[in-house]
Amino acid sequence: MMLALEFYRSVSRHVVGKAAGGRLPGLLSGYAAPLRLVTVEEPRVDRPGWARLRTRLSGVCGSDLGALSGRTSLYFSPLVSMPFVPGHEIVADLIEDCEDLPAGTRVVVDPVLTCAARGVDPCDACVGGATNRCGRITVGDLAPGLQTGFCADTGGGWGEVLVAHRSQLHPVPEGHSDEQAILTEPMACAVHTALRAGIRDNERVLISGAGSVGLLATLAIRTLTGAGEITVVAKHHHQREHALALGATEVVEPGAALRRLRRTTGAFLVTPELGAASYLLGGADVAVDAVGSKQSLETALHATRAGGRVVLSGMPAAADLSAAWFRELEVVGTYASARSETGLDGRSAFEIATELVAGDGVTSLAKTVASYPLHRWREALDHAHGAGRLGTVKVAFDPRSER
Amino acid sequence: MSRPGFVLEVDDRTPPLVVHEGQGFRLEEFPLGTRVIYPPESLPAIDDVDAAIREALLEPVDQAPLPAQLRPGMRLTIAFDDVSLPLPPMRAPDIRQRIIEQVLTMAAEAGVDDVQLIAANALHRRMTPAELRHIVGERVWRSFGPQGLLYNHDAEDHDNLRHIGLTDKGEDVEINRRAAESDLLVYVNVNLVAMDGGHKSVPIGLASYKSLRHHHNAKTMVRSHSFMDHEKSHLHHSAWRMGRLLKEHLNIFQIETTVNNDVFPAPYEFLMKREWEWSVKDQASVLAARRALSVAPRRLKHKMFHELRAPYGLTGIHAGDTEAVHERTLATVHRQQLVEVDGQSDVLVLGVPYLGPYNVNSSMNPVLATCMGLGYLFNSYRGQPVVRRGGAVILYHPLDEGFNQLHHPSYVDFYDEILAESTDPAVIEAKYEQQFATDPWYIHLYRTSHAYHGVHPFYMWYWAAHAMDHVDEVVWVGGDRRAAARLGFRAASSFADALEMVSGTVGTSPSITYLRNPPHLIADTR
Repeated sequence: MMLALEFYRSVSRHVVGKAAGGRLPGLLSGYAAPLRLVTVEEPRVDRPGWARLRTRLSGVCGSDLGALSGRTSLYFSPLVSMPFVPGHEIVADLIEDCEDLPAGTRVVVDPVLTCAARGVDPCDACVGGATNRCGRITVGDLAPGLQTGFCADTGGGWGEVLVAHRSQLHPVPEGHSDEQAILTEPMACAVHTALRAGIRDNERVLISGAGSVGLLATLAIRTLTGAGEITVVAKHHHQREHALALGATEVVEPGAALRRLRRTTGAFLVTPELGAASYLLGGADVAVDAVGSKQSLETALHATRAGGRVVLSGMPAAADLSAAWFRELEVVGTYASARSETGLDGRSAFEIATELVAGDGVTSLAKTVASYPLHRWREALDHAHGAGRLGTVKVAFDPRSER
Repeated sequence: MSRPGFVLEVDDRTPPLVVHEGQGFRLEEFPLGTRVIYPPESLPAIDDVDAAIREALLEPVDQAPLPAQLRPGMRLTIAFDDVSLPLPPMRAPDIRQRIIEQVLTMAAEAGVDDVQLIAANALHRRMTPAELRHIVGERVWRSFGPQGLLYNHDAEDHDNLRHIGLTDKGEDVEINRRAAESDLLVYVNVNLVAMDGGHKSVPIGLASYKSLRHHHNAKTMVRSHSFMDHEKSHLHHSAWRMGRLLKEHLNIFQIETTVNNDVFPAPYEFLMKREWEWSVKDQASVLAARRALSVAPRRLKHKMFHELRAPYGLTGIHAGDTEAVHERTLATVHRQQLVEVDGQSDVLVLGVPYLGPYNVNSSMNPVLATCMGLGYLFNSYRGQPVVRRGGAVILYHPLDEGFNQLHHPSYVDFYDEILAESTDPAVIEAKYEQQFATDPWYIHLYRTSHAYHGVHPFYMWYWAAHAMDHVDEVVWVGGDRRAAARLGFRAASSFADALEMVSGTVGTSPSITYLRNPPHLIADTR
């Protein structure tokens, strides 16, 4: 038996979440979230290549908060199986040998449950290495689940024990702290984002949002592309400092983003009637929405030049897409990371991410990781909702901890 | 007979004194021994203004009479000062209207039919039709406005600019093509303060950025001591060089006017009087005004002040050769505004009023308040600054009016981005001026809307450069703390606090001088 936080089906809480989640997300996740602390059987998958892991740290991601506060689109409902233990940003110890990895190996988990993990013949995407695009995420040996942390059979990082397939495991190098390691999965997502953004040399990039997604995307874009000026939109002072350290050229407050880009790109600013949001004619070559809110996405859409590219890095909210049509923007989705990334000569995003988290920038970010034991989950979620304001880049659960 | 200006030394019997602070004023008790410089009372106005104008046009200085210079088939252009003068705007009819009407009458009598009128707004915002109509009058507006023959100068209309040449210092002289190619350019000026007029009229009012940048820059303006003394102002030296070059290519008939110190209409006349001479009626007006201002919402206060029209009286009009005319103009301005002051003080106190040249019918944002206080009011001296080098300036203004997005779009970016990085005029000039000056959106708004040119906030900052270089401390009493910090200054809640804050620089018993302005004055500091 083990202790875990369990996400369960609750129509009433889902309805409350849809109604009030956008306005009172913190309160909602604390007291009305469909989440409970339970003692359950440890997950087990008796198939070759699978092994049990004991969680060391598991992060709270924006998508977790979205699900808990009822803001996630029902589009994803067929892709999860209830009840499940959340947590897909995981650093854990192998409890038993897993193929070439001996028990006790400290690993991070690539959460995508691909054909290899599900024991089915590889789909076209998996054959090509684009494992994040796997088309078999609802079939095979496992219950439906797009990732570990959304699947009823695998458990997740917010429990003491979970199971994972060898294809998901990446050993953590000696010298990396758990706090650094917990940032490897979001860093891999950022690497994928940087590659999907298709940034050409000296292009001007806007990154809307300076939470962990935005900050790590800043580092990845600065490291892996020939981007020129990178403007990061940040609400909080500590985010500004981190963004500049990770490669941003300049950091602006949300209310000043359009004006700054207008001035630095020589664009024109126009304001629609009846208080609708202003937008640029001209602007950045590429914009990354690293929040997923309506405001952030519209900032990205409104600040991108005609023919430019808008990259959806955060799970997107509904927004006015008029600019995408009128300005002929390329809207590019970027989900998780691939085992074989185009543009990295077939290397995986995790491999690059592991190198990047060793750098000073991420080491500094890792020092702000705040960890909580499972039984203090309400505090943890409140903290995660206010992470930016409270100077934290990542909130995580440490199931080993009692305090 | 009007009394001259004088310097009051505050003693036990001195009542609280009026200090302007944006859209309001306060009654301040200054420490004993504070010197208060009062402007001279209003000079008597000329009774028959039309006759004075006619006499000036028929008997100009160092030029032939205007009718003698007019002939059929010639190209005549009349340029005039824009809405930035006078302050407050003049009660109708504006003196420019009365002059232009007489010039046009003489032109018609001479058979001149190619006439255009141009507002010399340089990089200022385009005036609205209503503002133009107020300056030139209904008759002139109806005759020329709808036909497109009365318009604002466009410093970004490169097809309609003409490069005249370079001065001996290599300064570009580029002005409005229509004006440059006219057989006669008549310039109609309102010389509110000593800084105005002379060769500041045509070479600046009708110029382009290419020409203006030679004197509107940090280096030139920090060395202009002061702007009110053209012989010691590097800005004016440059304008004079340009004007002399222009004179070789263009026939300019300069008409300059001076007005008295009647700047406040009823019931605000008490603002022009010395406080101990307030009548019972004045005291009632003071009380009523303070009560009304304390409860009035911001928009109502804005309306109360910005709808004031000054009942100026004309004190002089001279026409003819620019430099000869300007000498006579300055003599009249000095007679109205000059006050002898004996020596400098440690602290200079200035009340920044609701209005400056660039917020007529608009808002006094923090950058403009700085320009008004540290640019214009600080420079209201001749000889040497009223405050000693290394001293302190204490200003009154709330710095809370915000930005007018229509008139001052580039100011918002300047304030948010540029001042956040540096407040050093030379640094921001080197790093950012070109970006703002050539920004296509600002240029678009300047040309088609009613926005000041993108580079204008830089110029405002340069105006304050001499003061910022000269003193060690600047404190805003009643100023918004965040705004003051963004400007690179400090804010205090009271005058006593301000004195405490500057005591590290000027000591605990500093000598203090308060420039009680407006009405306008020039401290002739010995």
